Amino acid sequence: MNKIDRIRPSRRSLLKGAGALVVGFHLAPKGALAQAAATPAQTPEINAWVVVHPDDRIVLRMARSEMGQGTRTGLCQMIAEELHCDWSRIETEYVTPGQSLARNRAWGNFLTAGSQGIRQSQDYVRRGGAAARIMLIEAAASQWGVPAAECSARDSVVTHAPTGRTLRYGQLAAAAARLTPPNPVPLKDPREWTVIGQSKPRLDTAAKTTGALVYGADLKMPGMLVAVPRRCPVFGGRVKSFDAAAVRNRPGVRHVLAVGENAVAVVADTFWQAKTALDALPVEWDGGENARVSSATIDARLTEGLDAAEAFVGNSQGDARAAIAGAARKVEAVYSYPFQNHAPMEPMNATVVWTPQRCDVWCPTQNGEAALVAASQAAGLPQQQCDIHRMDLGGGFGRRTTHDWLADAVLIARQVPGVPIKTMWTREEDMVQGRYHPVTKCKLTAGLDANGEVTGLHMRISGQSILSFVFPNALQNGRDPVQFQGLNASGAESAIGYTFPNLLIDHAMRNTHVPPHFWRGVNHNQNAIYLECFLDEVAHATNQDPLALRRKLMANHPKHRAVLDAVAERIGWGGPLPAGVQGRGIAQQMGFGSYVAAAAEVSVSPRGELTIHRIVAATDCGVAVNPKQIEMQVEGSFVYGLSALLYGECTVKDGAIEQTNFDTYNVLRLAEMPKVETIVMPSGGFWGGVGEPTIMVAAPAVLNAIFAATGKRIRSVPLKDQDLRRA
Amino acid sequence: MVPPSRGEQRVSGREHAIAMTRLNVNGRLVEVNADPDTPLLWAIRDHVGLTGTKYGCGIAACGACTVHIDGQPIRSCATLLSAVSETQKIVTIEGLSPDGNHPIQRAWRELDVPQCGFCQSGMIMAAAALLAEKPQPTDADIDEAMTNICRCGTYNRVRAGIHAAVRGRTSG
Repeated sequence: MNKIDRIRPSRRSLLKGAGALVVGFHLAPKGALAQAAATPAQTPEINAWVVVHPDDRIVLRMARSEMGQGTRTGLCQMIAEELHCDWSRIETEYVTPGQSLARNRAWGNFLTAGSQGIRQSQDYVRRGGAAARIMLIEAAASQWGVPAAECSARDSVVTHAPTGRTLRYGQLAAAAARLTPPNPVPLKDPREWTVIGQSKPRLDTAAKTTGALVYGADLKMPGMLVAVPRRCPVFGGRVKSFDAAAVRNRPGVRHVLAVGENAVAVVADTFWQAKTALDALPVEWDGGENARVSSATIDARLTEGLDAAEAFVGNSQGDARAAIAGAARKVEAVYSYPFQNHAPMEPMNATVVWTPQRCDVWCPTQNGEAALVAASQAAGLPQQQCDIHRMDLGGGFGRRTTHDWLADAVLIARQVPGVPIKTMWTREEDMVQGRYHPVTKCKLTAGLDANGEVTGLHMRISGQSILSFVFPNALQNGRDPVQFQGLNASGAESAIGYTFPNLLIDHAMRNTHVPPHFWRGVNHNQNAIYLECFLDEVAHATNQDPLALRRKLMANHPKHRAVLDAVAERIGWGGPLPAGVQGRGIAQQMGFGSYVAAAAEVSVSPRGELTIHRIVAATDCGVAVNPKQIEMQVEGSFVYGLSALLYGECTVKDGAIEQTNFDTYNVLRLAEMPKVETIVMPSGGFWGGVGEPTIMVAAPAVLNAIFAATGKRIRSVPLKDQDLRRA
Repeated sequence: MVPPSRGEQRVSGREHAIAMTRLNVNGRLVEVNADPDTPLLWAIRDHVGLTGTKYGCGIAACGACTVHIDGQPIRSCATLLSAVSETQKIVTIEGLSPDGNHPIQRAWRELDVPQCGFCQSGMIMAAAALLAEKPQPTDADIDEAMTNICRCGTYNRVRAGIHAAVRGRTSG
């Protein structure tokens, strides 16, 4: 049973246990592995990942966050592989960003996004396990007075083979902690792995079946009050006035507060008292200029960008414009993708205790370090006087990598010093104060020769840039490189899978006042629809098989092609359709370091009702740490991606988001969920992510299948707005 | 951190809308001192102190707040405290089984159904009610009964888990 200190992850609780072995690595500022170090627990050592307690418990200290994606279990597999420890005795603890800050960022990056929880941690976490094993063996050898080479470790026991003597890790921890750590630390050859690659059960399932797991929303503290906030519904607007006296005497109400310039909050004994008082609170908002913005004005702005002269170039090969101008024939289409809300099941929340000297925050976050910065700024205190105590997340999907909600919670708690304040958003607030999937449109133009071969492709994206809102300093001379996910000429993260004789992919940046953000799958979601559906259009326009056309363009991209071939073969591409199925579609993409493809079988009733019968997905993530976890992430990615395809749309009226709850922002339900077959085909030699990649192929595979079934090409999602009946 | 302390004392005379309601929760009689218009969800979470039942939407759309009343699955966010009497037996996730070994809970662990887990209390309560009503549910029964929202995407494992619970119960 996994035990996690959620409420008091203090230094003392982390380091309790005399003589515990603490092993870790110093990460240089750029994240490079620099030097191993180990010290007894009582001394202020640096950078510890592995703790071996005298009672044989193994504790992995986690910098990444668990939000259902299985990173906790995967990281434990990394440690166990090298540590040779008893799997049943592994536990995890969250380190705090304050502890990491105090030790010169000992734990490195806390960001849990971009499908990198495993792939960006695997090296130093594995080395943490290996160093600990080497030191434990050394300690045993020294005690026995034998060469370390005669000793081996297994299941947390060191054995001296010639004499059969044994010592448990717990017995060796104190002595091992006094040894000089090995340098360099060798890692096992992947062919020797016995834990990595196994479908280990998740370590945190049990508490999720009994209601025992305490999420941020469930936190209770003595004397705690609950705050429910509301921001100006128009982004960028402010509070003009509010009448606190109108609700101050309601039951349980303690405070009626302004929160910065743009929000109000009611603080009460319970959530319901605060929420109902807030509903009754008269507030006058000033939306300013943005109150004139609507979905129609945004769409007009994006449409203008489709033909604008100026655009940032993402990928350019040859001269696509000239090739298209001189082509025997052209195919052209315009696609669009809407705003969408992350809508994690647990609405935004944070519990804060603020005093003039210190600010502590308990919350679910995907990035402890960014949370600390946000808390420090809002608290008016240096980071050294603040800390973030992480809770497992009730969903993240990118929303909890940014901390507007945390800052507001601190601003509320600052007005009630010394009292724990749990700030909880309503679902309605979560819906209208999101950080949204960016809105874009895309015009694709292909030039074809007399034989129907593509001579040039121009892909003009127009719309929102995430970086320009979130990290403007990361723009490159104004250009947002993240815009071109899955379309890049090369690279190990998100390269295009086709070679065209002439290619131009560019982006006319057209930002709006609606704040965009990283949303599970990010810009791949629309880029994959744009390219994969348009290629389908080109195939049909030239009487080519969509798979055959793709394969011709993929000669230089064997890994992309391998996953596509795998799904085509499994679904029976080109063969007869099963009873009830009317069409098949395929799509592929590379993202987050992994290669994925999907094939879908669908039917559409005469009334236009879509049934997705079956989806086959293939993933080449290089190294598959836990195949069952990968299957879960692939299935989950389809739910997220198909929810977006079928229902996901936020619209803007008078500057505000119109959808306020799951009644107007619907999501996929169980009855609509197709059968998913997952092919995990790790080709080795690289570490790709799995939390997001499959999302990007879910929609285009289904859209292409809908065309195959009905002859209708859907270029604007979600499908709830589309008439799928046959033309 | 600074020890939490009460910032203010309650001002008397504010409790005009508060009344005492008796509830039978997980076989225990409890007194809830709250506005009768408070949804049962918030009475369970904030007054009874059982937080396994989750708030997801407040409009009976997502099912995260599902509890049983006399064996029937209900969405407690849309059920007022005043509509529940002490003769009705309320069961929350904490009271579904004495030791966490309801066939659904066992199956959920065997199949590693939960991901983030926030919706799973509601899922499990809905699934347990379905099994109580239909010991051998078909896929169509599952489609109809399991309308809870999961954003992580556990639906296929929820379905498999229900079937596994049936097998586990009939074989064990």
